[in-house]
Amino acid sequence: MSLKAPPSPASSRGRGGQPARPAPRSRGGLARLGPLPWIAPVVLLILAVVVWPVIELIRTSFLNISIAGIVRGSAGTDKYRKLFEESDFGHVILWTVLWTVVVVGVTMLVSLGLAQLFNQRFPGRRITRWALIAPWAASVLMTAIGFKWMLNQTAGVLNTLMLDLGIIDKSEDWLGSASTAWPWMMFVAVFVSLPFTTYTLLAGLQTIPGEVYEAARIDGAGPWQTYRGITLPLLRPAFLVGVVINLINVFNSFPIIWAMTQGGPGSDTATTTVFMYKLKETDLAESAAMSVVNFAMVVVLVLIFLKVSRWNEED
Amino acid sequence: MATATPTAGTGPVKEGSAGSARGPARKPGRTFRPRTLVLTAVAWLLAALFLAPYLEMIVTALRPADELRDRTYLPDKLDWANFVDVWRESSLGDNLQVTLLVAGGSTILVLLVSLPAAYYTARMRFKGRKWFLLLVLVTQMFQPTALLVGLYREFYQLDMLNSVWTLILTNAAFNLAFAVWILTAYIGSIPQELEEAAMVDGTSRFGAMIKVTLPLALPGVVTAVIFTFISAWNEFVMGLTLSTEPESQPLTVGINNFIGAYTVQWNYLFAASVVAIVPVIILFAFIERHVVSGLTAGSVK
Repeated sequence: MSLKAPPSPASSRGRGGQPARPAPRSRGGLARLGPLPWIAPVVLLILAVVVWPVIELIRTSFLNISIAGIVRGSAGTDKYRKLFEESDFGHVILWTVLWTVVVVGVTMLVSLGLAQLFNQRFPGRRITRWALIAPWAASVLMTAIGFKWMLNQTAGVLNTLMLDLGIIDKSEDWLGSASTAWPWMMFVAVFVSLPFTTYTLLAGLQTIPGEVYEAARIDGAGPWQTYRGITLPLLRPAFLVGVVINLINVFNSFPIIWAMTQGGPGSDTATTTVFMYKLKETDLAESAAMSVVNFAMVVVLVLIFLKVSRWNEED
Repeated sequence: MATATPTAGTGPVKEGSAGSARGPARKPGRTFRPRTLVLTAVAWLLAALFLAPYLEMIVTALRPADELRDRTYLPDKLDWANFVDVWRESSLGDNLQVTLLVAGGSTILVLLVSLPAAYYTARMRFKGRKWFLLLVLVTQMFQPTALLVGLYREFYQLDMLNSVWTLILTNAAFNLAFAVWILTAYIGSIPQELEEAAMVDGTSRFGAMIKVTLPLALPGVVTAVIFTFISAWNEFVMGLTLSTEPESQPLTVGINNFIGAYTVQWNYLFAASVVAIVPVIILFAFIERHVVSGLTAGSVK
């Protein structure tokens, strides 16, 4: 699932309006230790499971390491050179960028429409909204496997449907070649990203006060004018959150491609994360080098995110 | 889609204005205005489309083996035995057990460590608070996929591959941020005076947290619990990398292994998938509203 989100960097005023107070100094026991007993477990877990692997990752990328995991000394920057010289490296990077931009772009556009629709009142709104969350709750891997089956050449229901509708003349092996596999995998990636994004935009829409629309109506603004002039600008924070979270998720998206094509044929349908996983089978250190490159790209995304969420204004 | 006057459903709408089909005050005669009718039709159609892949999985799970290659939308007869056979004839039972342990264990761990941290962060202003929040935020941005090789190397050196504890720890760590945030937001919204009253009566701060604050923050706790559980339940990449022996892999990996087989037994595969998917969709429906507010609090205000 997906949502690496930026919930409230703990508003220090609490919603009830009380200011957070300094820790009372007079109390004994726990209080004297300050925040440590309260936050140390979280920090320790993060250090052990997130920070350590980051260090290990960088270290490994400079090592010579056998498949069995035995370290055979330093490799300097050889692994990076080897990685950059891989014949597939260029197009893997290119496709990763394309994949991310296309999937996030389409997701945002479609979600704008969906949010607008599901924000209206109509019979069964609650039930239809529940249907919408299915791809969010279900494992992305299972959804991808489901699509792999539906695209099956022999008996896939999507092939059957397209044959019956006359869209295709003969059953196709959609995932067999990169040119048809990419659009389908992008479709699945959009499909699983829509619920979260739509809900984020719905939450954004709900923060827009009704009076604003009332005022626009009195001023004689048309529907499209209202949407462009009022809804879109006021929706900007929610929209940005959606973009950044989707960027990170889609960029890291591994299960969809792994389940549907395993990056094949060759590495024709691999993004950097899939390529990294394939390299892991042959050369762990080179795979680590790919991860570091990957990681650097994620850091750029995170920096953008921090700028967008303006976390440091909160405290 | 994207139709006009997006007022309805958002907030307090006091007076009915012409031009939108909204609200309880709607007069019977106006119920089926064409616009509402189109909206409703489109929304229901979309809802069906969103469910369609999962319905097809259920249909496939019920297909008898000899109808798998038929180009039909529905099988002639339903084979309920698939649901029983798949657990008997494969090692998926072990995988389901691993998944239950990992999802349950990491949920408990997340709650145990995030609750005190969220409480303290919501109530106190302390040195390093900003750094603590930044650390948690940044964790959330680094997904396991990006760190796979590092995770593998770490747990290889600790000789902890194929261990359920490894998956509990890793799943907990990568789900901490959400829990810390939503709990902080909930606890922050509970008046501090309630605790102070209890503390005047001689209860410790920890006691006040457990007896006074926790019950009031229950919606947030439930949301954090269900969300963590679902996300650990669905986790795939870490299970794939950190568990190499089939019987110590979680259900997602076990199901994925079906695809590697020479002939894929799709009916069995989906009989297992349905078991993996349906419970979490139902669970998710319970927390749908809270998740979004938790996710977007702070950024969408």
